[in-house]
Parts: sequence; structure tokens; C-alpha cells
Amino acid sequence: MSFRTPLSTARGLGSAKHGVGHWISERVAAVALVPLVLWAVYSCILLAGLDYYGAVEWIASPVNATLIILTIAISFFHMQGGVRVIIEDYIYGHLTKAAALMVNVFVCGLAGALAIFSILKVALGGA
Amino acid sequence: MSPHLTSGGMFALHWRWHITMLTSILHRVTGAALYVAGLIVAAWAVALASGPEAYGSFMTLLGSPLGKLVMFGMSAAVFYHLANGVRHLIWDAGHGLDLKNANASAFAVFGFTIAATLAVWAIAFLAGVV
Repeated sequence: MSFRTPLSTARGLGSAKHGVGHWISERVAAVALVPLVLWAVYSCILLAGLDYYGAVEWIASPVNATLIILTIAISFFHMQGGVRVIIEDYIYGHLTKAAALMVNVFVCGLAGALAIFSILKVALGGA
Repeated sequence: MSPHLTSGGMFALHWRWHITMLTSILHRVTGAALYVAGLIVAAWAVALASGPEAYGSFMTLLGSPLGKLVMFGMSAAVFYHLANGVRHLIWDAGHGLDLKNANASAFAVFGFTIAATLAVWAIAFLAGVV
């Protein structure tokens, strides 16, 4: 029988072996954003020339609605991951760091959810 | 102490500013700026879902001189972060990490950023939307 606590057993055993999946998911999101962001820039020029009704009609197209939702969802995932690394690098206090990381997740989650719900509302004719 | 700081005597500090350092910190700076761009996009979507009046006010704000300045900065940040992000992906694949290629790709990133930003604003201007 061992009197070691689970924490002391875990210490020194190395990584949790989840790093590779995390690293790959960051790269997959980045690669997906290359065409999506180029499409988004093109769409920005297009939308700048449209009024409210033109923009609603543009969003009502399934292709536009799908691409903009994907762009928003993947962008906020990527933003959360990027700012997470900045916080981890520059904030040293344990509690401050934990709080900043949580605020980052909450801001990205809230803004992303608001944006996607709004797009769906307009695309499905609720506006 | 690093040999770069000591070779050639105590007053021969060989440290100098390098373009790859600039591209590295600018990737973070533009990434942080694009965090704000993401929030602007979310606000745009909420304004659209709130009806013609809210959307009109939002687009007037974006079309104001300050709004256009912000949009110009965001477009440059997008193109910089995009190009340098692709550079990072190539590095992640194990290519172009030697000094010569890292310097060349740094210049390419700046060239692309300037060319793409000017091209997009020229197109927007010719299309009559700015």
C-alpha cells in the first residue's frame, strides 16, 4: 500500500500527452482561416456598398451565412488561443493569470455566440 | 554571458535590431489588434439583427473618418497576420528556418502587407464604397 497522494504520484511523470492534439487543432484552425479571411475581406468590400436590406439579402444566402458563421467561430477559437499564449507569457501572478485566461474565454465565447446567433436570426428571416 | 556580448572586447556589443525580431513582435501586436476587429464584427452582426436603424447608425460610425482609419489599420493587420501566419505554418512544417530564408520571407511578408492593403483600398475606392 502506498501513502503517496495522487498529486505526488502525478508530479514528475511528464506531460498529460494531450499537447499534440492541442497543437494540431491550433494549426488546423489557422489553415482554415487563410481562405475564410480572404473571403471575409472580399465580403467586407461588398457589404460596404450595401444598405440594411442588401446586407439582409446577402446573409440570407446559405453559402454566405455558412461561410460567415465558420469564419466567426474559427476566428474566435483562434483569438482565444492566441491571446491565451500572450497572457501565459506576460502575466506572472497565479490568480491574475487564471482570471485573465477566464476573461479571455468568456469574452470570446460571448462575442462569438452573440455574432453567430445574430447571423442565424437574420439568415432565417427573424430580422 | 553570450559570446555575442563579449567577442571583440568589453565595449564591442554586437547586438542589433533585426527584421525577424520585428516580424515576431508584430505578429502579436496585429493579433491583439485583430481581437478588437473580432469584437467589431460581432457588434456588426448584432447591429444587423437589431434592425435598419441600429444597422444604419453602426455603418455611419464605420464610415466616419475615425471608422475608416480603424478599418484601414485592421485591413493592414489582417494582411500582415495572414502572411506571417502562413510563414509560421511553413516553419511548423520544418521549412525556411535558416537565417537567409527567414530574412527573405520577412521582407516578403512586409511586401505582401503593403501591396494587399493598398490593392484592397484601391478596389474599394474604385467600387465607390469608401
